[in-house]
Amino acid sequence: MSDKIIQIKDMNKWFGDFQVLKDINLDVEKNKKIVVCGPSGSGKSTLIRCINRLEEHQQGSIIVDGTELSENTKNIEQVRAEVGMVFQQFNLFPHLSILDNCSLAPIWVKKMPKKDAEDLAMKHLEKVQIADQAHKFPGQLSGGQQQRCAIARALCMEPKIMLFDEPTSALDPEMIKEVLDAMVNLAKAGMTMIVVTHEMGFAKEVADEVIFMDEGMIVEKAATNEFFANPKSDRTKLFLSQIL
Amino acid sequence: MIKLSKFTKVKKENYLRNLSFGLILIFLCITDFILKFSLNINFTNFLPNILNLFFPLILGVIGLYLIRAEYSGIKLLDTLNKNINTSNFNAILTLLIIFLIILVIPPSLDWLIINANFTGETKEECINDGACWTFVKVWLRRFIYGMYPDQFHWRINTAFIVLLALAFVGYIPGKKLKKLLPLYYVIIYPIIAFLVIYYLISGGSFGLEWIDTGSWGGLSLTFIVAFFCLIFCFPIGVVLALARRSPLPTTRYIAVGFIEFWRGVPLITVLFMASVMFPMFLPDDLFIDKLIRVIIAISLFEAAYVAEVVRGGLQALPRGQYDAAKSLGMGYWKMHIFVILPQALKFVIPGIANTFLALVKDTPLIFVVGLADFVGMITMAKANPQWLGFVMEGYVFASIVFWIICYAMSRYSYNLEEKYKTER
Repeated sequence: MSDKIIQIKDMNKWFGDFQVLKDINLDVEKNKKIVVCGPSGSGKSTLIRCINRLEEHQQGSIIVDGTELSENTKNIEQVRAEVGMVFQQFNLFPHLSILDNCSLAPIWVKKMPKKDAEDLAMKHLEKVQIADQAHKFPGQLSGGQQQRCAIARALCMEPKIMLFDEPTSALDPEMIKEVLDAMVNLAKAGMTMIVVTHEMGFAKEVADEVIFMDEGMIVEKAATNEFFANPKSDRTKLFLSQIL
Repeated sequence: MIKLSKFTKVKKENYLRNLSFGLILIFLCITDFILKFSLNINFTNFLPNILNLFFPLILGVIGLYLIRAEYSGIKLLDTLNKNINTSNFNAILTLLIIFLIILVIPPSLDWLIINANFTGETKEECINDGACWTFVKVWLRRFIYGMYPDQFHWRINTAFIVLLALAFVGYIPGKKLKKLLPLYYVIIYPIIAFLVIYYLISGGSFGLEWIDTGSWGGLSLTFIVAFFCLIFCFPIGVVLALARRSPLPTTRYIAVGFIEFWRGVPLITVLFMASVMFPMFLPDDLFIDKLIRVIIAISLFEAAYVAEVVRGGLQALPRGQYDAAKSLGMGYWKMHIFVILPQALKFVIPGIANTFLALVKDTPLIFVVGLADFVGMITMAKANPQWLGFVMEGYVFASIVFWIICYAMSRYSYNLEEKYKTER
């Protein structure tokens, strides 16, 4: 029980009349890496956005690190501070330098002294190998560098869980590798990760479990080897045959 | 007429010859125009009427056609060709503008400067045909200080110098104090400004004689009203814009109601309400000075406009910025102060500058409720029996002063735009 850091039970979500997520049940254990894949519009992004409540669910329960997410959650900011997120469109703050992007939240959310926050930021920027760009602005960096900065920014909050929402989909093919490398390193360091991605190579390399979603439902959930070697449902087979 | 067709088939190889010929034609065109329309000498009246009228234009178009070339090697000429002489249509527009300038500028200069009167103390000393700047000279102190007693003008001067000096505080401090600057400009500076103006210009303590706001006026009053309205309406506007996008329905409806109310009412009505109606609803023993009432009214009025401009900026921000800030654990206020507003306000600098310029130019309206600002003083001066008939000078002077103020503000806003420009 204690090592289940995320517990989602019978969760349903609608956008207006349209049901995007149907009866989602998902437990994530600490230090596990989960890859979520599926065709576009299948609700993958919505699912992980529900985990830090960027989207609200209407039915069922989501418990993140012992805190249930609901309308009454007063300390939603605390939960979010523990859940880092990396977006498809990077979403760096364009008016702040790379260093300030990374140190902003530690300073103002965690009340860290400015000096410490900047040291921490530099440490994480070094990990993703863009420490030399620290004083530039996001607009001056390539897409891959921006996405690595976004990873560093999320890591600066020292989260327990990292969510990745198609982190490589907006990148040029050449830059995908540098971002994936950063993510692989993070995975090896033992972070709990939920990654929405179409990079099956990455999934094979780091994932403990792969989830296949279609039309708002979890169609298949299996250990990585099992998932690729013998997919059970026909929908998964079809998807894999198209993507591999 | 036969020759004309020859001109239109000019061979561009003989460019130097065309150039000299073209320049002569343009020179002739301008000379003919000046002779015809400025000096009323018509050398071409042997031509049919319409041709006679358009003769300079035709000469000019042919001239410009001759000197038009892709590349001539002469830098000035190439720049001109590229910018004002790209086609026959552009050539005609260029010529028309040149003609307009010739028609307008010399007579204006003549009236404004060459034939104007600068000396003397009375109306009778204005003997030249041009403007009588003596009027402005004699009344200048009134235009600037209103009915404020002459011997106390130093108090207004000192107050303005102090306020101006304090406004530049932002350039002094090092990095450590930099983050306190918004606080200083939004809260501390207005309070200091109010105290300075209250104690120095109003007086009443420290041995300074009390001067009622009724006798304030002129350009100094314009500045005071515009200054306070600007610094009040901006924060109110920003808060209204945020409230209008608030997830809480009550807050949102109050903001919408407030904004739509003030935007739907003419400023002049607002001023009358503030000066005439509002005191009736106050208890007898409570008195709020008319100037303060008017400043509050204008601030609230303009805040509604600022709110809508800022809302535009907030809506222009991609949703991802909100998501990213939230995902880092920032609450509503932290997200807005550090992430959303810095970007949104940057987007809306042109819109805010627009609103502020409109505000400055709206201030003369306070004359209708009996506060004689700069334009109000001019209106009063021109009605003075000894100085009847100088409406033109007064209003031209007002236009020049307002233009200088507004142009300075507009340049400043461009500078801000440049300074805070970031790549996305």
